[in-house]
Amino acid sequence: MEIETKAKVYTTVSEVSGPLMIVEGVEGVAYGEIVEIETPGGESRKGEVLEVKEDIAVVQVFEGTRGLNTSTTKIRFTGRTVRLGVSVDMLGRIFNGTGNPIDGGPEIIPEKDLDINGAPMNPSARMFPAEFIQTGVSTIDGMNTLVRGQKLPIFSGSGLPHNELAAQIARQAKVLGKKEEFAVIFSAMGITHEEANYFMKDFERTGALERVTSFMNLADDPAIERIITPRLALTTAEYFAFEKDMHVLVILTDLTNYGEALREISAARSEVPGRRGYPGYMYTDLATLYERAGRIKEKKGSITQMPILTMPQDDITHPIADLTGYITEGQMVLSREIHRKGIFPPVDVLPSLSRLMSGGIGPERTREDHSGVSDQLYSAYAEGRDLRDLVMVVGEEALTERDRKFLEFADAFEKRFVTQGKDEDRTIQQTLDLGWDLLSILPKAELKRVSEEHISKYYPEYRE
Amino acid sequence: MITGKIIKISGPVVVADGMKGSQMYEMVRVGEEKLIGEIIELEGSTATIQVYEETKGIKPGEIVESTGGPLSVELGPGIIGSIFDGIQRPLEGIKALAGDYIPRGVDVPAISKEKKWKFIPKASEGDSVSGGDVIAEVQETSVVLHKITVPPNVSGVIKSIASESEYFVTEDIAEIETSGDIIKLQMMQKWPVRIARPYKNKLDPNIPLITGQRPQDTFFPVAKGGTSAMPGPFGSGKTVTQQQLAKWADADVIVYVGCGERGNEMTEVLKEFPELEDPKSGKPLMDRTVLIANTSNMPVAAREACVYTGITIAEYFRDMGYDVALMADSTSRWAEAMREISGRLEEMPGEEGYPAYLASRLAQFYERSGRVSILGKEEQNASVTVVGAVSPPGGDLSEPVTQNTLRISKVFWALDASLADRRHFPSINWLQSYSLYLDSVQEWWANNTSQDWRELRDKAMALLQKEAELQEIVQLVGPDALPDRERIILESTRMIREDFLQQNAYHEVDTYCSPQKQYGMLKTIMNFHGETTSALAKGVSIDDLVDLKVKEDIGRMKYIPEAEFEERMVEINNNIINQCKEIGG
Repeated sequence: MEIETKAKVYTTVSEVSGPLMIVEGVEGVAYGEIVEIETPGGESRKGEVLEVKEDIAVVQVFEGTRGLNTSTTKIRFTGRTVRLGVSVDMLGRIFNGTGNPIDGGPEIIPEKDLDINGAPMNPSARMFPAEFIQTGVSTIDGMNTLVRGQKLPIFSGSGLPHNELAAQIARQAKVLGKKEEFAVIFSAMGITHEEANYFMKDFERTGALERVTSFMNLADDPAIERIITPRLALTTAEYFAFEKDMHVLVILTDLTNYGEALREISAARSEVPGRRGYPGYMYTDLATLYERAGRIKEKKGSITQMPILTMPQDDITHPIADLTGYITEGQMVLSREIHRKGIFPPVDVLPSLSRLMSGGIGPERTREDHSGVSDQLYSAYAEGRDLRDLVMVVGEEALTERDRKFLEFADAFEKRFVTQGKDEDRTIQQTLDLGWDLLSILPKAELKRVSEEHISKYYPEYRE
Repeated sequence: MITGKIIKISGPVVVADGMKGSQMYEMVRVGEEKLIGEIIELEGSTATIQVYEETKGIKPGEIVESTGGPLSVELGPGIIGSIFDGIQRPLEGIKALAGDYIPRGVDVPAISKEKKWKFIPKASEGDSVSGGDVIAEVQETSVVLHKITVPPNVSGVIKSIASESEYFVTEDIAEIETSGDIIKLQMMQKWPVRIARPYKNKLDPNIPLITGQRPQDTFFPVAKGGTSAMPGPFGSGKTVTQQQLAKWADADVIVYVGCGERGNEMTEVLKEFPELEDPKSGKPLMDRTVLIANTSNMPVAAREACVYTGITIAEYFRDMGYDVALMADSTSRWAEAMREISGRLEEMPGEEGYPAYLASRLAQFYERSGRVSILGKEEQNASVTVVGAVSPPGGDLSEPVTQNTLRISKVFWALDASLADRRHFPSINWLQSYSLYLDSVQEWWANNTSQDWRELRDKAMALLQKEAELQEIVQLVGPDALPDRERIILESTRMIREDFLQQNAYHEVDTYCSPQKQYGMLKTIMNFHGETTSALAKGVSIDDLVDLKVKEDIGRMKYIPEAEFEERMVEINNNIINQCKEIGG
C-alpha cells in the first residue's frame, strides 16, 4: 500500500473510540481518503475517512487505535484513496494484511498503481462463465460443477475439514486438455497461524508455492485491517487475470471474521443495526468482494473465487452465510453429521448448489448424460435421506421393497460417491460412471431424470 | 439554477448548504465530477441528496448544482433490446466509452441520438389530438411497433407533422397548437420516474398471463395486469423461475429489472435472449425485452431508483396498447437500499431497521401495475403485470419485506428450499402458494381448453392437500399401514408432483408447456387416478396397480413435443384403460 502525503499535519484528534478517531479543524478532506497516523510512540499507522462533516473527519484506523491520544497524535491526509502497487513479481510472495512484504524478500517495484476498491464490472462486458474446471472431487464435479470465473464458497463450521477440501481443490483443479498460466491468491482474514501454515505447506509440497501470492491477516492482527486485506488480494487478482492473462483462483478465508470486523466498525459508529447487529449495508459490502470474480469478453484470464466461511452454530441462516448465498453462484455445504460418520469430504450435497453448472456441462464439455445423472442422484439421495427418518420411527420392516432400495442407495452414495481420499483425483468420466453404478441399485423404472437413450448407453450392464 | 456547497459526505448520502429554492426529488449534479443525485430531504437551506454513484474522493466545499427537474427517463424508439443501469444509462454505451468497468461521472445519453428511425405518420394536419393519441409509428424491432403518442399532458390541433422519412429521436416531428401556445413534439419524450403515467380507468384483470410454466399457469395463475410475489431463500431457484417467465410469458414487452443481483445473471440474459425464439412470433426474445441492471456491487442509491425506471418504461409501452410484464429480481434489495439510505439519514427505524415508509413505498410500486383502459381516442385496453421476487433473510417469510409485499400482491408463489434440495423445480410449494385470480381467469381457461378445467384443477389440488395429511400418518406408522384406497392416492399425487408440477427449464421441450398441453397432462393423470381407483373397488390388488406399465409413459409425457402431444395423449389414455382391464379392473 502506497501513500503520497499532503504537507499539512494535524494534531487535532478530539476523540478516539473503538476503531474510530475523530479529527477536527480539518480542511479539504475527501470522503474515503487515506490517512497517515503517527502515534505518540512514533509508530506509523493508516486509516480511512469514513465521514466528513464540514471541518470534522471520522477516521477508521486499520491497525487499531491502541496508543493513540488526543494531544500529540499526528495526522496527515494523503488526498488519495487506498491504492496498491502491483507487479507480476508478487507471485510467490507473502504480504501482510496491509500489503507489505513479510517474507524477508525485497520491496515490490510496482508496474501499476490501482485503487483497491476497484470499480463494478460492466455486465455487458462480462463473458458468461462456462468452462468446466475438473477438481477431481466427485461431489463438486458430478453434482455441483465449478466453472472458470465462478464464485463458489464453502460453507463450513468450526472443526470441519474445509481447509483440507480447499487445498485439495486448489491442488487438483484443472481445465481439461489445456495447459495455461495460473495463479493462486490466498487471502487470510483472522485465521490462526496454524491454519495459514497448513495452506503454505500444502502449496510447498505440491510445488505450487511460486505461483501463490498470499495476503496474511492472522488472528492476532488488528481486526479492522481485515476490511482491506481481501480487497488487496482481489486487486492483485484483477491485475493478474485481466492484464497478465492468468487464470486466478482466489481463496478467501474466513469471511466470518470479515463480517465481524464490519460489525465492529458499524457498532463503533453507532449505526442502526440490521439482523443480529450486522450493518444493513453488509450485503452491498460483501457484493463488492464477491462480484469481482468473473470473466471479461476478449480477455484471456479469469478470476474464480472460493471464499470459506464458518457458520456460527452451523446455522446457514446466519447473516454472513445467508447474504453470501444470495450473492455467490452457489455454495458447497459441509455437514457435521456426515463428518461424524467419518466421511471425507463431508459435503452435504442436498443444500449444496452450483448455479453455473448447466452452462459448464453436457456434450463437448463433460458428457451428454451429466445433467440427467446429477438430477437423478439428487432426487434419489433426497428420497433415501427422508426414508432414513421414517425408518427411525417405524422400522425397516414397514417399508416397501422400492423404499428399501432407496435406503440402500443413500448409504452407498455416501460411502462410495461422497467419500474419497485427500489425494484422490477422479476424472469426470470416473465420477459419472460411479454415479451410474450407484443408480443401478434402483429399479430402472424409477430413473425418470435420465433419458432412455443414456440408460442404454451408460447403465452398468450396457456399458462397455 | 441553484448552486450550493457540500458540507457533509457519508456514503451515498451528501448534505449541501445554500440550496434554498430547490425542490424535493429534484435531480442535482454533485461535486466537480458532476455525479447524478436526487434531493430526498430539505431543511432550511440545506438539502440532503442521495447520490447515484460512488462518492469516494468528494470533499466538503465542492459544488452542488440543481437541474430544475426531477429524475426522469427518456422514452422513445431505441429502448427495446437495450440494457440500462438503474438511472437509464446504457451499459453498452458506457462500455464503449469507458471500457470493461463502470467508472463514475460517465455521461451517456439513455437512448441514442445518433440513430435515425423510419417514421410513418398516422395523423394529419388539422387533426385535433390529446394525450395518448397515436400520431406516428416506428418499427422498432421485428416484433415491437413503437407508437409515437401525444404526451399525456398535451392537447390541441396538429399544426404540422413530418412526412414519412428517417429522423433522429430529438428532431421535431410535429407541432401541436394548444390554446395559446405551440408545442413541438419529438419522437422522444421524458417522464419523471416517481410519477405514474396516467390512464383512463382501471379494469378487472381477467385474462391469464400464460407463462408456459405448469405450476404457475394451472395451479396459481397470474392475470395480465396482476401482481405476483415470489419469495424464496437463496438456492430455491428464484432467478431461474423469473427468467423462465421473462422468456415464455405471452406479453408483448418484457421489462426485466435485475435489482442488486449478480452480474453474471444479466450477462446470461444478454447471451441467451437473442438466441431464443418467442414461441408465438418465432422472433428473438431480445426483440421484445428491456433490461435494467443494477448489480449488487453497483451504487446503492441507483438500486433504489432502478425499479422506478423499470416501471416507468413498462407504463410507456402499456400506453401504446401493449401487455407488458415487469420482473423485478429482487425487491428485497430495493428495500435494503431504502434501509441503507434511511440509516444514513438517521431516520427513526421501523421493523428490522427498515424505514417506517417501507409498506407504503411497496404498495405504491405494485399499484402501478394493472389492466387499464389507456388514454387516447380509441378505446383500448393494455396492462402492466408485475412479478416481484423477494429474498427473505434466512428464508424467513415473517420478515417485513415479504409480509408487506403479501399484503398487496394477489398471487403468492412460495419457493421452498427443501423442494429445491431434491431438485424439484420450479420449487413452488403447492400447499403454501395461492392465487386470487382463479375465479377471474376461469372463463378464459374454459374457452381455451375445456369446460372442466377448473373442476380438474380443484380436484388435483384437493388430492395434494389429502396427500399432505396422509404423509403425516405415514411418518408415524409407515406406508404399509395405510388402506389401499389411500395408497392409491399417494400414487396419483406422486404423479402430480413429479410428472406435472416439476418442469425442467433446461429441457428444450419441457421448458415451455402450452395451456392445451397442460390441460391434457393433468387430465391424463386424473384419468389414471379415476381408473385405478375404480379398478381397486373391483378388487384388483394394489401391487398390480402400482406396477402398471403406463406409469412410465405418464412420467415421460412432459417431454413429448407439442405437435405430437394430442395423438400421444389419446394413446396413453387408452393404455390406462386397457392396462387396468388386463389386470381385472
